[in-house]
Amino acid sequence: MKTQALLFLVTGLLLTGATHATEAEHIRASHAWLRVLPGDLPAGAYVTLENSGDQPVTLKGASSDAYANVMLHQSSNEGGMSRMAMVDSVVVPSHGTATLAPAGYHLMLMKSTHPIKPGDTVRMNLKFADGSTLATNFVARPANAVDAGN
Amino acid sequence: MKLRLPNCLVLLLLLITLVTLAGCHREEKLPFRLTDVSGHMPELDFKLTDDHGKPVTGADYRGKVVVLYFGYTHCPDVCPLTMAQLHVVMQRLGPLADKARILFVSVDPTRDTPPVMHAYVNAFDPRAVGLTGDPRDIEALSKRYRSAYTREPDGKDGNYEVSHSSAMYVFDSKGAARVLATPADSQDDLVHDLHLLLDNGNPT
Repeated sequence: MKTQALLFLVTGLLLTGATHATEAEHIRASHAWLRVLPGDLPAGAYVTLENSGDQPVTLKGASSDAYANVMLHQSSNEGGMSRMAMVDSVVVPSHGTATLAPAGYHLMLMKSTHPIKPGDTVRMNLKFADGSTLATNFVARPANAVDAGN
Repeated sequence: MKLRLPNCLVLLLLLITLVTLAGCHREEKLPFRLTDVSGHMPELDFKLTDDHGKPVTGADYRGKVVVLYFGYTHCPDVCPLTMAQLHVVMQRLGPLADKARILFVSVDPTRDTPPVMHAYVNAFDPRAVGLTGDPRDIEALSKRYRSAYTREPDGKDGNYEVSHSSAMYVFDSKGAARVLATPADSQDDLVHDLHLLLDNGNPT
């Protein structure tokens, strides 16, 4: 019984060693942008995440020096009502993509630490379930932009 | 010399006169692509404050084709998207858009003061007007068009969201409700219907 447990442990450790790559290492981020609103109104940030790994990757949120508060949110429109809710995570399927885009998943940015204007680049650290992070540059776009503009 | 008009031209002129006369009494039927609400919703009427702090009523927008949308400035995702899309619609209308107005009505008058609304609407489109005011007056306008909104519970930091109807209401230059648009509708269709109203809309 004891040897069996030990065997499991060793196997487990070996497996961990074999799949050492972090979640962040399997992710490629593109079309990263945020919408600049006047004053210090909360803004939305958007990005497309592509997972090249064999395992699903879980985005848990993000942080940035430029904003005191970054939250993962989802907008919905059921029965003609626009609502917004906090979500714990967004899963990027293996060899698939997850899109954070207007009217769906987005990062809500609150309380900017300095004024941000269209054209600026804002660095954000995307945080994944295994604790790994991915530094991503988000382009600040004008309020009336509808997409990343590229 | 006596002017002689061909018969078909006389008939055409007569027809145009009749259509114009009919238009004086009830709305002209137009081939809208979006939901036609002509005759099914009350005319544009409200008592609010615009983003310059000036008291305004629905009558102040007669002569303009109006797109009415309810939202709030602390809404980070859907409201700015809708306003940005309406800006694109205005751009696609070209010079005709000068006879149109986007009326953005706040469902969060506590935070949305006229100066906040002014900065907000101007970030989207020069033809956008921000309307705020007494919560009862906003509720009255919302109920008038069977729209709804609910303030959600405060978050940890005191911030709160407001869930709200996502519909857009289009009124002709006489203030009559004509078309109902939803975010799921195609932008082409909205441009098409606004075109109809701006072309046929009785010029002022």
